[in-house]
Amino acid sequence: MKLRKIITLVEETRSEMGHAVTPPARRALAAAVIENPFAGTYAKDLSELIETGAELGTRLGNEALAAHGCAPDDIEGYGKAALVGELGELEHAAALLHPKLGAPLRAVIGGGKALVPSSKAIGRAGEILDVPLGHKDAAYVRSHFDAMRLRLPDAPRPREIVVAVVLQQTGRPLPRVGGLRQDEIEGADGLR
Amino acid sequence: MPEVKVRKTLVQVETIFHEGGPAPEAPQKRAAAIAVIENPYAGGYVEDIQPFMKDLEPLGAEMAEMCIDALGGDASAVEGYGKGAIVGVNGEIEHGALWHVPGGYAMRDAIAESMAIVPSTKKVGAAGTRLDVPVTHTNASYVRTHYDAVEVGVPDAPRPNEIALVLVMTTAGRIHARIGGLTKDQVKGEDGLR
Repeated sequence: MKLRKIITLVEETRSEMGHAVTPPARRALAAAVIENPFAGTYAKDLSELIETGAELGTRLGNEALAAHGCAPDDIEGYGKAALVGELGELEHAAALLHPKLGAPLRAVIGGGKALVPSSKAIGRAGEILDVPLGHKDAAYVRSHFDAMRLRLPDAPRPREIVVAVVLQQTGRPLPRVGGLRQDEIEGADGLR
Repeated sequence: MPEVKVRKTLVQVETIFHEGGPAPEAPQKRAAAIAVIENPYAGGYVEDIQPFMKDLEPLGAEMAEMCIDALGGDASAVEGYGKGAIVGVNGEIEHGALWHVPGGYAMRDAIAESMAIVPSTKKVGAAGTRLDVPVTHTNASYVRTHYDAVEVGVPDAPRPNEIALVLVMTTAGRIHARIGGLTKDQVKGEDGLR
């Protein structure tokens, strides 16, 4: 993996509409800007990117956790996304995200039963990437449906890929649209 | 005395290993701390806004610490700084100017070698507006390797009645700086310029 830069963002929301958020809503994003080894060419075998995905699951998980400065147990939700530079294809994002990134990411936070929500896109430097989020143990927990936005002015260059991971310590700042609550999780199937 | 009401904070850290050239031993780190506050003067012209500068001092100190912590906790590792403000559209550019004194001195109080003026920029804009915050060396403005800028922004801020206040600190000059000029080891440290 050829890594050009790592970016972390930590967001803490203390109030909304004058209403205190207690405890504050906290989420952290870690992203890597890497070289796309397959830019400009068709490659049938994408295993190099699949292995890079595994490496990034650990690396970005640890970066996001360190940015939070909290214990692994304090993490309630997660998400992942990739933005492929103009000379790459969507399948490159899929190779990074889907086969191997999830397991090492879960290992960083001591497990997670739910699917890691994901998104992918091809775009130029400065494109916006929205990373979808969900509860780590039960995908239906409605308070944790969220998204965190990333925009890097200088990435991805045409031969680069931006890979991002987000860890949430809480759900949205003031969730009040009902649905499954965190304290109702059965924890059997990753859904409820 | 208006109260400083913080809605949210955002800390951004970039760790830059290279930009296509040979990677130096240590990467360059650039941290930004952003606080989104209510603009107490939004919506109308207020003549005397100066007291708010004093009110912002504790927040400035908190944000300077956020930057230093994000860079590893050692203030002596900071070599560059800058500041800025984005004022929501119900405010005026002068409200952003209130940040010059509390924002700048918060960083200079936290960083020992800080003779140089803190470069700054500000604008009025909608939520999601991006700001390129200029950065220069903390002790000598003419250090050419440290002329830099960090882009920041908050997707949901500033709302019309808010201000996003920004402090930026860096641990090194540009990653492949090679256009000559004054270098950090040539700094005399007398006038903040050279």
